[in-house]
Amino acid sequence: MSNAFPPDSVGLVSPQRRAFHGPLELDSGATLEHYELVFETYGELNAARDNAVLICHALSGDHHAAGYHQPGQRPGWWDNLIGPGKPLDTRRFFVVSPNNLGGCAGSTGPLSINPATAQVYGPDFPFVTVRDWVQTQARLADTLGIECWAAVVGGSLGGMQALQWAVDFPHRVRHALVIAAAAKLTTQNIAFNEVARHAIRSDANFHGGRYYEHGVVPAHGLMLARMLGHITYLSDDVLMARFGRELRDGKLNFGFDVEFEIESYLRHQGESFAKRFDANTYLLMTKSLDYFDPAAKVPEHDLRKALAGASARFLVVSFSSDWRFAPARSREIVVALLDADRDVSYVEIESEQGHDSFLLEVPLYHRVLRTYFQQMPITADPV
Amino acid sequence: MTMREEQTLIARWIRNGSRVLDLGCGDGALLAHLQTARRVSGYGIEIDGENIVRCLEAGVNVIQSDLDRGLSDFDDDSFDYVIMTQTLQATRYPDRLLREMLRVGREAIVTFPNFGHWKCRLQVLAGRMPVTRHLPSTWYDTSNIHMCTVRDFEALCASEGLEILEREALDSAHRTTAAMRLLPNLLAEIALYRFRRR
Repeated sequence: MSNAFPPDSVGLVSPQRRAFHGPLELDSGATLEHYELVFETYGELNAARDNAVLICHALSGDHHAAGYHQPGQRPGWWDNLIGPGKPLDTRRFFVVSPNNLGGCAGSTGPLSINPATAQVYGPDFPFVTVRDWVQTQARLADTLGIECWAAVVGGSLGGMQALQWAVDFPHRVRHALVIAAAAKLTTQNIAFNEVARHAIRSDANFHGGRYYEHGVVPAHGLMLARMLGHITYLSDDVLMARFGRELRDGKLNFGFDVEFEIESYLRHQGESFAKRFDANTYLLMTKSLDYFDPAAKVPEHDLRKALAGASARFLVVSFSSDWRFAPARSREIVVALLDADRDVSYVEIESEQGHDSFLLEVPLYHRVLRTYFQQMPITADPV
Repeated sequence: MTMREEQTLIARWIRNGSRVLDLGCGDGALLAHLQTARRVSGYGIEIDGENIVRCLEAGVNVIQSDLDRGLSDFDDDSFDYVIMTQTLQATRYPDRLLREMLRVGREAIVTFPNFGHWKCRLQVLAGRMPVTRHLPSTWYDTSNIHMCTVRDFEALCASEGLEILEREALDSAHRTTAAMRLLPNLLAEIALYRFRRR
């Protein structure tokens, strides 16, 4: 049965690639003359071109949101949401899922060759912001013939992109789904990111970001960064429920090897992440999180003013046990939208799974998304 | 059910194109009705997840929130009408909520079951808490923690300095009669009010 995919899966998918020429001016002041984006699509663009949905990924995500690259492999990271008959139904919608600029899954990033030096960019890759990503995604939409997204959807850092889309391109987004996100990071959140970055940058194998030239990777630092992140993505309750104080050997060993099951779990998560993810990309992504603030350039840093020009309908979703992007942060977005007289709905989903909930099949959460997508009007193709 | 008639009555009080906040909006039917019948814009507030799904189905903006936390998310005078149907008696601080309604809205519309109706009075006289078609729950599992009568409500309005603009007295089929208008506290099962700050 390894060749058969579940009937509600988009099945076998292969990434596509687009090259973009012409200067891309970044928030940092740097310019990229040329870059490439890798992305996947699911479903078909209709004749009216009004059924396209953009998926924005979070810190450690990539373009592989749904389906399988090979039979038997794990499906994409948001496969429980996207597929025929799933809440984001690919029989109705054309879904586009890019890997962000600066990523390490195929789009131009620190692992790519810098044309100026013919060497790998490494630490010389420019800082990228959420606004920069939205610019590149808009260019991708142009090449795909998508004038206006039916919806832009994302969780966490992805939700920030959905929000930025609605601000930067009000006439190109009909619905913005901002899930488990925030209008800007809290001090505590930046602090977590700084510890993660410090873990990476103080790894003996980091070599100022030029570790590729030394044939090594700062795996230990990346592992620590991920271990820390992982703790903050889950709730106290769910860690307690899943691991408790279980001992791997059934007894205390009075040593620093793994004793508690949670230690084993975190080490495993950290190690497998360090094998698949690039440290320079991790540094860039956390900086992008820290910098995000759509109200930074409006008078009095007033989010209401930043959102006043948005014309999308918003769905804002938070999760009760999420303390990394707490419901209170989502409510700030909602209040700004209410004050700015925008169309918005808000749901706080009861879940014990913390920030990770946005990736999980929490029943009410998925019913909310399914219903929201179902009532989204699109032009039906003649059969 | 008769909700449709209550909606029709409320719609009659609402000016075209106004901005409306519906507290405890349930499945969003009233807002959906007002959107079509009166081209209103606005939001519903609802606490229950299942009801929120219904609201999204109905295509109305809905904000999940607990009314007992007040309306601090909303600016002063940001709505033409703040509506609350069959919810006042289930809130923790009805008096505060009425003040909040008229802080964020220019006018308020409230409906509630009248505890002064003769059937309720008879049951209380017989020594029992009333259970009627309109108040079907027993005392220990009711969410109605602040029941009031027509006269109670009007007394509160007077002490809060609220001006009652319109009143409707209805039976459980949402009909009204001349007698009901004359003796609303005895004959009305449901009371509807439109009021504002004096």
